[in-house]
Amino acid sequence: MMPEPLIFEQSRPGRRSPGHAPAEADESRGLPEDALRSSAPLLPEVSELQVVRHFTRLSQKNFSIDTHFYPLGSCTMKYNPRACNRLAMLPGFLGAHPLEPVDNLQGLLECLWELQEMLKAVTGMKAVSLTPMAGAQGELAGVAMIRAWHLARGDGERREIIVPDAAHGTNPATATMCGCDVVEIRTGRDGDVDLEALRQAVGPRTAGIMLTNPSTLGVFERQITEIAAIVHEAGGLLYYDGANLNAILGRVLPAAMGFDVVHINLHKTFSTPHGGGGPGAGIVAVGEHLEPFLPVPVVAREEDGRFVLHGQAQRPNSIGQLSAFMGNTGILLRAYVYMRMLGAEGMRRVADHATLNANYLLARLAAGGFRPAWPGRRASHEFSLSLQDIAREAGVNAMDFAKALLDRGFHAPTTYFPLLVPECLLIEPTETETLETLDAFADALLAIRAEALQDPASVRNAPVTLPVSRLDDVRAARQLDLRWQPLAGEPE
Amino acid sequence: MPFVPHTPDDVSAMLATIGASSIDELFDEIPTGLLIDRLEGVPAGLGEQAITRLMHARASRLPARLCFLGAGAYEHHIPAAVWELATRGEFYSAYTPYQAEASQGTLQVTWEYQSMMASLTGLDVSNASLYDGATAFAEACLMAVRANRSGRPRRILVSRYLHPAWLDVARTIVAGQQIELCELPARDGRSDAAALAGIDAAGYCALAVQQPNFLGALEPVDELARWARHQGLLVIGACNPVALAILKPPGEWGDEGADIACGEGQPLGIPLSGGGPYFGYMTCRQSLVRQMPGRIVGRTLDRDGRPGFTLTLQAREQHIRRSRSTSNICTNQGLMVTAATIYLSLLGAEGLRRVALRCHANTRRLVDALTALPGVSLLADGFFHEVVFGLDQPVAPLLEKLAGRGIVGGLDVSAQFPEFGHALLVCATETRTPEDIALYARTLGELLAPSAESREHDA
Repeated sequence: MMPEPLIFEQSRPGRRSPGHAPAEADESRGLPEDALRSSAPLLPEVSELQVVRHFTRLSQKNFSIDTHFYPLGSCTMKYNPRACNRLAMLPGFLGAHPLEPVDNLQGLLECLWELQEMLKAVTGMKAVSLTPMAGAQGELAGVAMIRAWHLARGDGERREIIVPDAAHGTNPATATMCGCDVVEIRTGRDGDVDLEALRQAVGPRTAGIMLTNPSTLGVFERQITEIAAIVHEAGGLLYYDGANLNAILGRVLPAAMGFDVVHINLHKTFSTPHGGGGPGAGIVAVGEHLEPFLPVPVVAREEDGRFVLHGQAQRPNSIGQLSAFMGNTGILLRAYVYMRMLGAEGMRRVADHATLNANYLLARLAAGGFRPAWPGRRASHEFSLSLQDIAREAGVNAMDFAKALLDRGFHAPTTYFPLLVPECLLIEPTETETLETLDAFADALLAIRAEALQDPASVRNAPVTLPVSRLDDVRAARQLDLRWQPLAGEPE
Repeated sequence: MPFVPHTPDDVSAMLATIGASSIDELFDEIPTGLLIDRLEGVPAGLGEQAITRLMHARASRLPARLCFLGAGAYEHHIPAAVWELATRGEFYSAYTPYQAEASQGTLQVTWEYQSMMASLTGLDVSNASLYDGATAFAEACLMAVRANRSGRPRRILVSRYLHPAWLDVARTIVAGQQIELCELPARDGRSDAAALAGIDAAGYCALAVQQPNFLGALEPVDELARWARHQGLLVIGACNPVALAILKPPGEWGDEGADIACGEGQPLGIPLSGGGPYFGYMTCRQSLVRQMPGRIVGRTLDRDGRPGFTLTLQAREQHIRRSRSTSNICTNQGLMVTAATIYLSLLGAEGLRRVALRCHANTRRLVDALTALPGVSLLADGFFHEVVFGLDQPVAPLLEKLAGRGIVGGLDVSAQFPEFGHALLVCATETRTPEDIALYARTLGELLAPSAESREHDA
């Protein structure tokens, strides 16, 4: 594939796509001279066709769900149905200003209210706020609510958040952002939390614990009820990181496991697009005791059936607002459409088939010689393999396998996460892939393994079929080149 | 269920490979007491035709009307190519570009975006986005506190007319870290530069100002930045990116420029969409880059010496640094940034300048038309594309009557800013025509007239 020149390199002075701006430049009457900019910003001067070709060509340098199998553990890269995008982008939704009179927003708010109701149903919780704009913001809302609950009870000393060593990085980062201290506990040898370590970690300073279940290790935490009892008995609350909800959708309710607060990544379980990094939506759901603290606004239905937004005035104990308006509304609409298309029965089939696909891949790969990180355990909707043996034997590591998969037309699984599994591949096929795709992927991994044993150098050299070979990350960090500088020539 | 492809034969074959007799058996590690038989409270699934009909009906509840709202979200013309390209599946359904070789498209777009934002704000480096303007501002506050090495108090001076929702969000986010946001003295709808001399700067680590501010007014950014830098405070400039096509970029404020710029990216090709998704932008001086939150794309070389793009400085981020990262942010607003990059490419500097100038000219026209009405006054001159009018009667009933005649007349800010009395915040971008503005003025004039009588009657 040819390198695509930077849009700036395609620029010619005076060239424009004139149809997108007023035909003439108005005067700046009334703007004080010293408030004005003295030189134009460096934006490209290109035609519309150049723009269309440039971004189309760039798009073709991406892997995506629409073009490739994406078995990225803990990310739930399932098919993003076209209808969700099309229907969220109807002019009646796109054109709505967030501060319009609420009467103008009834159609939108009705969707959001019903979404809240469905999210209560799938979590078993009592109340929902849709405003968090990503999982990490949902976590921030959750930990802030836990802190607010303790503070309201005069229990302000509880500042410790317990996280398992396998947790997503956002969990400890969020605890810090909320002014809490992080207490890490280890995973036992079978992939479940070490209960003894947990008992020693809890105490009068415990604010709560953040858990993902099924865990990021790809197994269901079997002692969840005991964990809940230990933490609750110690005066703490349980936070459910909903990143892996896809595994148990319609089969297990987080509330029943003892959780007090949940966030759900709608861009995982409910199939809103990842967009090359976002936007997502990280809604939070809580039990009755935490409802007063939910972030605002919350959609409410009045007795006459009218939908309104409740803010700080109606919810004085709220932890506050988390976005300028009402979160990633357009993403919420996509999730709403998806959930309505699935329905209750469809949701259950999501978990069933996601779990079936993961266990099938695990069985095939284990039979072919790969080592499961947790032998003897069922996969949830994902599973981890440790490539430590082959890394020792052939000098080919998890990253080499990842890059070799790219050459064979598959996106890589998550690598080196969780950190406690050496040379880890975390594989999540999702429910939307065909058996043929799963088989082709398993065949590819087995072929790479065979190649690693015979010709390790060729695996270490991958990828060779993509627009670039392996990139020099050290150079990227040491010789920072973060923007176009026309006169500088070489990067700084 | 429309998106699961397996046939019954597929399922049987797969179960045989696994060695399980049923799908239920795959859940046998879950304590039986936790399993439910069916999900209550979720309606039965709909086919695409039915959901299409439903969503069209819901969308149609937004009436045809003429809208003069701004207040942080602005209607601009969005070229058709922007979302045609941004919703290509290769952008729309791609993941975060952790596998750089398989993500050169997203990475190059992001690097081009970073270049554009750095230049637009007059600063050195940009990140790959934050959630929205409000959280970008909150993160800028956290970043300023982290960058404060001189042991100054964790207090930030903030202009009174910074977007109130941004302030709420920032307070929510910084609440856990004992950071205090304090108000700068203000006068006539903007920060009062003359009052700076009375402030003990040693009590603060940074100063933040929005340009133009929430009320649309231009702030004395040069004086504020000069004073703050001289006093050893970091300067945060929160700017409307369209305004920056014509306004002095924060990197050039005062003598040395602001240190961090941030703001709402929505005006750059993102639809209003009921409040989101938008994106927050953030740029800063090179010397602060290691304090920056969020993803950053760098250009480097591959093994064969070819240039390519990759995420860099990841040691700042949560997936590496965990509890000691610069922020907990992971997922950002990537697709919105893709759209903004396409928008800026199509507009170019000249196009964006013309959009900004037309916004200003239309607002000037609106000011001329409305201030010609009895009982309507402009509260502060020196604006970009939004202004506050003082009225001689309560705003809310007027807005209600305007809505009844198909006009969303702006935002009532009387309660938020009591210093202005009956205050109405109104915006006119390049999408409002002279006829729209004349219709607004005529309708408002008709509504104002009888009300003046009744007021006399009340008196």
